[in-house]
Amino acid sequence: MSFLIAPAIMVGIGLFFGIILAVSHRLLRVEEDPRIEATNGMLPGTNCGACGQPGCLPFAEKLVVGELEPSKCTVASADDIENIADYLQIDAGRQEKLVARLRCGGGKAQAHQIAEYHGFEGCRAAAVASGGGKGCSWGCLGLYDCEVACTFDAIRINSNGLPQVDIDKCTACPDCINACPRDLFEVVPLSQKLYVQCSIPLAGEAATSLCAVACDACGKCVVDASPGLIRMENTLPVIDYSTNAVATPEAVFRCATDSIKWIEGNQFQEQENLPIGGQKKYA
Amino acid sequence: MNPLRLFHKSFDHGVHPAHLKEQTCDLPMQRVPFVKEYLMPLGQNLGAPSKSIVQIGQRVRKGELIAEAAAFVSTTLHSPVTGTIKEIGDFRNFDGNFVPAIKIEADIYATQQSDAGNPIEWQSLSIDEFIQEVQNAGIVGMGGAAFPTHVKFAIPEGKKIRYLLINGAECEPYLTNDHRLMIERPEDLLMGAEIVRQKLGAEETVIGVEKNKPEAIAALRQHIKPGDPVRLVPLHVKYPQGAEKMIIKTIFNREVPAGQLPRDVEVNVNNVSTVVAIADYFERGRPLIERIVTVSGPGITYPANLIVPLGTPVRELLRFCGGLTDATQEVIMGGPMMGRPIATLDSPITKGSSGILAFTAAETSRRKEYPCISCGRCVEACPYFLNPARLARLSRARLFDEMVNYNVMDCVECGCCTFACPSAIPIVQLIRTGKDDLRTRKETPA
Repeated sequence: MSFLIAPAIMVGIGLFFGIILAVSHRLLRVEEDPRIEATNGMLPGTNCGACGQPGCLPFAEKLVVGELEPSKCTVASADDIENIADYLQIDAGRQEKLVARLRCGGGKAQAHQIAEYHGFEGCRAAAVASGGGKGCSWGCLGLYDCEVACTFDAIRINSNGLPQVDIDKCTACPDCINACPRDLFEVVPLSQKLYVQCSIPLAGEAATSLCAVACDACGKCVVDASPGLIRMENTLPVIDYSTNAVATPEAVFRCATDSIKWIEGNQFQEQENLPIGGQKKYA
Repeated sequence: MNPLRLFHKSFDHGVHPAHLKEQTCDLPMQRVPFVKEYLMPLGQNLGAPSKSIVQIGQRVRKGELIAEAAAFVSTTLHSPVTGTIKEIGDFRNFDGNFVPAIKIEADIYATQQSDAGNPIEWQSLSIDEFIQEVQNAGIVGMGGAAFPTHVKFAIPEGKKIRYLLINGAECEPYLTNDHRLMIERPEDLLMGAEIVRQKLGAEETVIGVEKNKPEAIAALRQHIKPGDPVRLVPLHVKYPQGAEKMIIKTIFNREVPAGQLPRDVEVNVNNVSTVVAIADYFERGRPLIERIVTVSGPGITYPANLIVPLGTPVRELLRFCGGLTDATQEVIMGGPMMGRPIATLDSPITKGSSGILAFTAAETSRRKEYPCISCGRCVEACPYFLNPARLARLSRARLFDEMVNYNVMDCVECGCCTFACPSAIPIVQLIRTGKDDLRTRKETPA
């Protein structure tokens, strides 16, 4: 009968721990609010981080305890947000549509090249290897880092070498902001139509010699806009968006270099027939 | 002697690129004529950039202080020519970025002769005074990294230096500047080594020279007197022998642990050019205002080893060497393994530029890239015992945080992995991209 001892011991141990588990499951159970699971199910589940939370589940927890409003989620559609608000019996809140905008307008046709980059495609790789060949060392490199990083497939590098952000797909998550080695993306409300599309810290001819659409810090937009809306900070105009309501397209009319823009809809359009002579190459 | 030493040829791993030094190794060093304008970037060294102390329009003499050290890990700058300060502002550096720099217009009527500087009585200096003097001389590691040399000499309490190691490996292909220096100025090299050895209290000076420089070894051997505490060690040729941790492993068979410095294994490593610069300062009172640059490669009409005042535009050096050939596609600053392409020919020679190489399509063309076949050649090549294939894969997947777990920060970007890869994967470029992302990481906006 000795061959039964070993199985008997194993069964005994199994029963012993099984009972402990069963008892502790009853006694130490943590009641989780079932609404968290349900809310999480209603969220898009992309874990993009646009709401400022690490993912969708932490966001759902914050929603249930009432710390955040459902409209903080920029990915979910208006209907989804309405459903969540109804389910949790809370106010949906209001949030403006946010989109990613690029502080650079110098594509292949506008920015001057000083060298050709032949390494593998990637903005950061190019930026590390001698700045990627563009004369302006602050501008967009156009080598697909943001396109690759975008979770929502909202960015396409257009034929001009600039990232075209699809405002319908863009959810204002920070993917492109983190990917850009030149730190050019920022998330702004779609209602802000006046936008400075350059980040060059040079003024006058020093700036325009590098790029045809560089801001030369002439200050005409500051004069033309309603008082207090635009101010010059170092060599770039800074728009005070708290007074956004008074912004009008007049401010951009006299811009000699097209570096301040009145943007309706998408920032960049696909351009046909680019001027071939646009690229000036130094000897 | 450890019997295992018989089988120990050099450090483990590494690669064997072609030497390609024939073009310039027999050419004596030449001085380049003075040019009109010199550009001195303030951040020529690793660490904090120097602080300018001159005004526009001020006259400066050759060797005069124009920028002082901003911190301990920073160094001084001296005017390479007699002339006038023309501009202080942002100029494009070789890496394409605009950096603060001082532009000096050379005085065309000046003789450009160095003032007969006073030798410094180094025997009586204390170690702190010696470190201060080295910082005043603006001396940095001239192998390429440009790390301020005086910082290396500051040995913390309780640590001791037993060996002073003079690094004459020059493992990068094409470059022959250290080679020529060892042939033409062995007395200065040994003098500088003696000054440093005495000041650090080291027992012995060890000079490591790769065996592909027999003339340099012969020249040094001739000048080492019997009884001197100097040992000359010919080294088996391998890349990257010039990395300090590798040359220590080769000569002393000791590994410097990750995250530690050579001083933790009682060694201080200095490049030959650095040691000659120290001799120049203490024997002749001349601060670091010029360096030796190899101008070579298939794109150069007349390759040469040049003695160049700092701040000379690369364009002028190329002009002196007969210009670029039509086939030239890329100009590189540094060696072919670790050098960077230069964004503009107007960028100046700095303290860390050891070579200017011009390459044609044959050298710069990229092979077609194939998927990784997990052959492990990069792992076998990596002298730091990392897993380059894994790091490259993580970098491509943008999992930069994960790369830290694979010790990406120990990588020195020597390029052995890319060199060894049969699938032509740009491994070191991918790793460098990941390191750059980790360094410049910004907080995610909430």
